Amino acid sequence: MNTFKQHSILPGFNLALGFTLLYLSLIVLIPLSAAFIRTAELTWPEFWSVVTTPRVVASYRLTFGASFAAAVVNAVFGLLVAWVLVRYHFPGKKIVDALVDLPFALPTAVAGIALTALYAGNGWIGQHLEPLGIKVAFTPLGIFVALTFIGLPFVVRTVQPVLEDIESELEEAAATLGANRWQTFTRIIFPALFPALMTGFALAFARAIGEYGSVIFIAGNMPMISEITPLLIITKLEQYDYAGATALSVVMLVISFILLLIINLLQWWSRRRSIES
Amino acid sequence: MTTITFPLSPSAQKEHATQEPAWVRWSLIGVALIFLTLFLFIPLISVFYEAFKKGSDVYFAAITDPDAVSAIQLTLTVAAIAVPLNLVFGVAAAWAIAKFEFRGKNLLITLIDLPFSVSPVVSGLIYVLVFGLQGWFGPWLAEHDMKIIFAVPGIVLATVFVTVPFIARELIPLMQAQGTEEEEAAVVLGASGWQTFYKVTLPNIKWGLLYGAILCNARAMGEFGAVSVVSGHIRGSTNTMPLHVEILYNEYNFAAAFAVASLLALLALVTLALKTLIEFRNQQHQQPRGHE
Repeated sequence: MNTFKQHSILPGFNLALGFTLLYLSLIVLIPLSAAFIRTAELTWPEFWSVVTTPRVVASYRLTFGASFAAAVVNAVFGLLVAWVLVRYHFPGKKIVDALVDLPFALPTAVAGIALTALYAGNGWIGQHLEPLGIKVAFTPLGIFVALTFIGLPFVVRTVQPVLEDIESELEEAAATLGANRWQTFTRIIFPALFPALMTGFALAFARAIGEYGSVIFIAGNMPMISEITPLLIITKLEQYDYAGATALSVVMLVISFILLLIINLLQWWSRRRSIES
Repeated sequence: MTTITFPLSPSAQKEHATQEPAWVRWSLIGVALIFLTLFLFIPLISVFYEAFKKGSDVYFAAITDPDAVSAIQLTLTVAAIAVPLNLVFGVAAAWAIAKFEFRGKNLLITLIDLPFSVSPVVSGLIYVLVFGLQGWFGPWLAEHDMKIIFAVPGIVLATVFVTVPFIARELIPLMQAQGTEEEEAAVVLGASGWQTFYKVTLPNIKWGLLYGAILCNARAMGEFGAVSVVSGHIRGSTNTMPLHVEILYNEYNFAAAFAVASLLALLALVTLALKTLIEFRNQQHQQPRGHE
């Protein structure tokens, strides 16, 4: 016991930790383990053939491609939005700052139908894009739009606090030594922001890969073209193909765990960077 | 300091060495606002526009329809169960993690965050694997005439799963920052464990608790993917508000779909307003104490 826990005069450790572990086990760990245990009923070649059919592979390509593109756009514009919110003043800034979190608070189904209505051929935005030959709703481009919406707050909210903490002395020193603003940004500010930016990117990417609600309305959901992996899991479930659905969800779980590990490493890097500077 | 004040006339302002020229500032602000307008503000406005497009009669008919009312009731019920459960969990987890030093703490924090990184669809599926007819307890539940999947308990469980981290991850850093001195003083002066918690800890964490509960509630009421897998979509019985929106939308009843969606959008706006208010309050209360 002594090696497990340091001595403290405060009561309630056993009760609090015991309840935490019990609750986590019942709600999270045992159900999650069900996916792995049920998949173990398949032999390895069976599992492999289920998770590598052409339709499934096409869904991976779409899910990862669209998520990556959306996360890149969010990294660029998220950095810009964070910069503008921290460094500049303009009318309505407080409201804009609060609304950045909208994708966290707005139910995904609402986001999905709103974006679909906007980008459909007769929608506010879609009617201007259609004459240019750009179709967004019911194409992979629509999936990209939905995932960009969903991932928007992550980069802003990870970069913002780091940007607020950058000391103005560093920038003043750079200016004194003859650096122009662009040089100061690329050599001083950007390197300091980089770990947070990567963390935000990874969070947006991880969220996008699992996203379902906002995507299915706008995607069109055509097999091989605009069908994301989470939707394929639902399709298999509706066909009572439990083994197939479970195998696919194990693939997604493993990918999520790897991303979680990467995000934790990035956050550790980010913290260490801010302590050093 | 990097605060920027606007010049009365451009010539009166000398360019600061650590500040961008005005045209750069305004272009950056412009591009950021255009991006946010396209991706955030227009979608938000369009929800309310579409909801009222066919007039307020259609709107109120849609939200007072019996199926809509039952969906609203179910959503409120689910949140009323899921949020208090995760509140108790969050406090217990934060007490253990923030007030004591023990091995494996970082692993425990990672495990608490786990539901955030699981796809909503997978979150629903795992409960089907445990409680569904093909699942571990399915046959036993069927024998005893109990239903979890395609019934309300399954919806509650899936919602609890996706909202597990919200309150805990708000409280852990807050309670870690507050340290243990105040509680130790209370215990030394003879307070019992519960007295210490109610009189010392709770007043210190009440705003963080509220903050976490608000975010937890928004997600609990709005969850779609996980609930969709376990619900069975029975109208008037196992349909939550987001699922009701989907059904109406797929029936091409767009005005009604957006009417119910507008209630959820309103919930999101209230959530953001309360969140901003609490953040504003916290800033005000921290300033007099100064930075440590």
